[in-house]
Amino acid sequence: MYKKFSELKKNITRHSQNSTLKKIKVALLGDTATQFLNVALKGTAINEGFELEIFEADFGQISRQIFDPSSEYYEFNADFTIIFESSHKLLNQYYKSYDSQLKFAEDKINHIEKLYEAIQSRTKSRVIYCNFPIIDNQIFGNFSNKVESSFVFQQNKLNHLLNAQLAIEKDNFFIADLSSIQNKYGRDFMFSPNIYVNTEMVLSLNVLPIVSHYIVGIISSLEGRFKKCLILDLDNTTWGGIIGDDGLEKIQIGSLGIGKAFSEFQHWIKTLQKRGIILAVCSKNDEDKAKEPFEKHPDMVIKLDDISVFVANWENKADNIRKIQNILNIGFDSMVFLDDNPFERNLVRENLPEVCVPELPEDPAEYLEYLYSLNLFETASFSQNDAERTKQYQIEAERATALQNFTNVEDFLQSMNMVSDVQSFNNFSKPRVSQLTQRSNQFNLRTVRYTEQEIDDLIQSGDHSTLSFTLEDKYGDNGLICVIILEKKDTETLFINTWLMSCRVLKRGMEDFTLNKIVETAKNNGYQYIVGEYLPTAKNQMVEDHYKKLGFASHEGQWILNVNEYEPKEVYITNKI
Amino acid sequence: MNKDEILQKLTGIFREELDNNDINLTTESTAEDIEEWDSLSHIQLIVAVEKAFGIRFTSSEIQSWNNVGEMIESINSK
Repeated sequence: MYKKFSELKKNITRHSQNSTLKKIKVALLGDTATQFLNVALKGTAINEGFELEIFEADFGQISRQIFDPSSEYYEFNADFTIIFESSHKLLNQYYKSYDSQLKFAEDKINHIEKLYEAIQSRTKSRVIYCNFPIIDNQIFGNFSNKVESSFVFQQNKLNHLLNAQLAIEKDNFFIADLSSIQNKYGRDFMFSPNIYVNTEMVLSLNVLPIVSHYIVGIISSLEGRFKKCLILDLDNTTWGGIIGDDGLEKIQIGSLGIGKAFSEFQHWIKTLQKRGIILAVCSKNDEDKAKEPFEKHPDMVIKLDDISVFVANWENKADNIRKIQNILNIGFDSMVFLDDNPFERNLVRENLPEVCVPELPEDPAEYLEYLYSLNLFETASFSQNDAERTKQYQIEAERATALQNFTNVEDFLQSMNMVSDVQSFNNFSKPRVSQLTQRSNQFNLRTVRYTEQEIDDLIQSGDHSTLSFTLEDKYGDNGLICVIILEKKDTETLFINTWLMSCRVLKRGMEDFTLNKIVETAKNNGYQYIVGEYLPTAKNQMVEDHYKKLGFASHEGQWILNVNEYEPKEVYITNKI
Repeated sequence: MNKDEILQKLTGIFREELDNNDINLTTESTAEDIEEWDSLSHIQLIVAVEKAFGIRFTSSEIQSWNNVGEMIESINSK
């Protein structure tokens, strides 16, 4: 799956300067030579649909660049700051700190925290900090784990403190988990001593594409691009054998044959599902046969309840995945398709190139270790709402069926008994609001991303009004699905900085209901005009005419609405009291 | 493998890594003769050559070559 370093480099030379890829500014600060990492990051980003503009400081300048307010780093004004301190330099620092080895990790973490706080006090840059692949310098052997002052002990402690003291506590602090990469691939793969001695580079050419994939993965997911859905084949992917031929008793799962491989695979999938990845099935089978193991086999870990869309038929898989995409209403590029059959994989790759199709190994025993190497499901956030997602998509499928029974849409909407809870942002809604700004790509007028910290700033701001909307109907609760951020432009004008909505609730009159509330807010605060703006991205074409449809007038590239001339729109949603 | 065969194999590696199909190596070629051959791509070349020949250069060897001929001698000595 990973490209070679030289291929990444070619990506850059072949990449057109005036491409339409989104441009992102990244500062790369390291204590060793980072020129190759720079190249690998740029090449990887192009594959993921971004163009990185990288400011690379001379190495060994981390503190100077960050503590000096007039440095080139601040002048550059990065969206992301990658700090890459190496285990080698760490070891050197340790060797020199004779008197304070017991406090080594603590001193270091406090220094890193100061770096972070200095950055945050001057910019909004997200900080990506590379943790430390362990060097075991073998001073005590295993016993170093019983010697608190040993380097191995302090280094492990430092990696732990990076998580416990910084990653968990600081919204804009993210870890690039180089230590995990070393765990997976081994130190000798990660580090070439002969290259290091000649160049001061600590990452081998072999590992650079992987490290870059990890780092760019963090950036992509914070930019709203990540995998949301896993589509599973069944026979020989989810269980061993062919249900149609072998029958319920003979498929391999649990203790039968190589069933252990499939059981562990299913546990992994189920855990992904619980953390919010939508599961779908796409299988060449009769539907009743395909469902039988889920209903009757005692060793199945994944149950029908875990699956949002179940497609089993004899049509081609590319068409079936289109069907799944249509129901879920998410981008093809957010889907992963797992199938043991190379023919099906190639068919999907050829027809739907945006879908991620890992090249599963032939032996099912190797599925998991292979999948662990890909870091497919990087994410920028995690909230309680994630676990509910499957249910919401299942309900959506029910609604789609119900709609077919009504001859007109108004009757259908009326029958839904829709209720919305409208509130300003608060501490409870903060994580979900921030997450929606990061996840929503399609129904998102300006695609501004907010961290929780930035949402907090909005709550405190005197110049902003904020609205969040939930939507509940007789089928269930969709949770918080719409976010509005209104910004004071002048005493008369209110600017819609953010209008985004979950695509789950399209075509329910939610746009009209939301506009009624925006106008209400504007009136209550004495504004006369509301101004909206559409900033096109590769994904938000569906809202190109959003303001036009709602009755805004075109005005110098923006859209304007006179509050006093506004007639509230008819809606079928009531306000939750 | 004789010198000519190594030279031929190296030419392929140089063309691939430096992304230039016009490169024709001789034993006399130096970094000055090939535009894309700088200190950074030198490292790329070393890693690719190590992989292609299944060998490992010592850190001193990496610094020592004055031209492609000397590189071939290093490879031959493994």
